[in-house]
Amino acid sequence: MTTVETYGTLADAARALGSDAVYLGGGTLVMREVNAGRAPARVLRVTDPGLAEIRASGDAASLGAGVTMADVLAARELDFLHPVARVIGGPQVRNMATVAGNLFAAHPYGDFAMALLALGARVHFAGGGSPRPVEEVLRDRERGGLVASVEVPRPRDPRAFGFLKVSRVKPKGVSILSIAALLPREGGRIRGARVAFGAMGPTPLRAAGAERALEGQTLDAATIARAADQAADGLDPPTDALATAWYRREVAGVHLSRLLQRMERG
Amino acid sequence: MARRPVNFTLNGSPRAAFAEEGQNLLEFLRRGVGDLTPKYGCGQGTCGACTVTVNGRTQLACLVLAETVEGAEIGTAAGLATSGTLDPLQEAFMDHFAAQCGYCTPGMLVSARALLDANPRPTREEVVEAISGNLCRCTGYEPIIAAILSVAEGRARA
Ligand SMILES: Cc1cc2nc3c(=O)[nH]c(=O)nc-3n(C[C@H](O)[C@H](O)[C@H](O)COP(=O)(O)OP(=O)(O)OC[C@H]3O[C@@H](n4cnc5c(N)ncnc54)[C@H](O)[C@@H]3O)c2cc1C
Repeated sequence: MTTVETYGTLADAARALGSDAVYLGGGTLVMREVNAGRAPARVLRVTDPGLAEIRASGDAASLGAGVTMADVLAARELDFLHPVARVIGGPQVRNMATVAGNLFAAHPYGDFAMALLALGARVHFAGGGSPRPVEEVLRDRERGGLVASVEVPRPRDPRAFGFLKVSRVKPKGVSILSIAALLPREGGRIRGARVAFGAMGPTPLRAAGAERALEGQTLDAATIARAADQAADGLDPPTDALATAWYRREVAGVHLSRLLQRMERG
Repeated sequence: MARRPVNFTLNGSPRAAFAEEGQNLLEFLRRGVGDLTPKYGCGQGTCGACTVTVNGRTQLACLVLAETVEGAEIGTAAGLATSGTLDPLQEAFMDHFAAQCGYCTPGMLVSARALLDANPRPTREEVVEAISGNLCRCTGYEPIIAAILSVAEGRARA
């Protein structure tokens, strides 16, 4: 049976956390477990409205843990994240699903976390301390405590960031895979390429092969073909009800090249 | 097990009831409060039959912890008709045969009403997007889309 504990601040909840407890964000995943009688014994929630705060400055935005996909879509200064937030679930899910919850969503979910990974976002935890790269948080989701906010660098050139979600059902389908690419350019050449895949592994992952193929190059047909060729390098995608591992590997490069071609056209 | 008092507004009227610990908003509304319009479909947020509004925004009642709606305004399909007059959307659903078995209808109506309140002249694409979280296994959606568009165009009571 589930007991519910309510705290005024995230710090208080963080102190009460334990292996028998789960934190309730928007609840779209936790409540499924509660409904099925599979949730941990204790559900912890926090009433602090500050968790839903969005703060945007020139070159970065800070999203509180409790910011929903609908909140992201309502914030004009987060326009670079709109294509991502818009394709997460249906309208009701977007009104509930939070940014922090997406970091912990199991495969095939985590489209927003995947985009944050490509953007090089950093995660602030309750109790302060220095922020940790999303990458590190995704690698070790069990530890780390409660997320307070996520700090997202804004791409200097909006055209340097691209996002694509591939699903069978539209709108509102779950990802066969999703891709985000951050390709900043200096003098026409790509510097600091970051490419991430969703639903191509247990968590969102970077595509090291594609990044290597893109780094230092101009975004032309030959580069795109090489990146597509390396797309699934080192990735071990799962088989699920939506697609087999084989299928995901086969189509990853096709969809990456479509995204890159779109970005090339600007 | 502990029960929690919850004070909230249901379709504009102040209400108070006890929620069981860990109870979702759908069970709470149906069993604790007696509003049977939100339906239990999947219990996983996939079907949308339990769609209600929480402070004006559509949510899936089966995935909302009941005690979190303390102080909130809840809207259900039961609040659409006012003093015996149906909402134009309800009239349009009848005119367009947009309900067959009817199980998805209350959730569909709540989503459609939320759309028209925010965007009185939606495109067909916007209507499709707005009801994308509501499954219907009878109509094939076309009559539902037509019904919503007819109200959007102000032709419901022609
Ligand atoms: C019908 C449906 C469709 C969906 N479609 C998509 C989709 O297209 N793409 C997608 O990515 N996801 C999708 N999801 C999954 C889910 O809605 C999202 O991943 C969402 O962002 C999860 O956030 P939440 O706030 O609801 O999480 P919750 O259910 O509240 O929590 C999920 C996990 O995150 C942990 N958590 C939450 N907040 C914090 C915090 N501040 N600190 C530490 N841990 C925390 C919880 O303890 C829990 O383990 C869908 C879900 C449903 C029901």
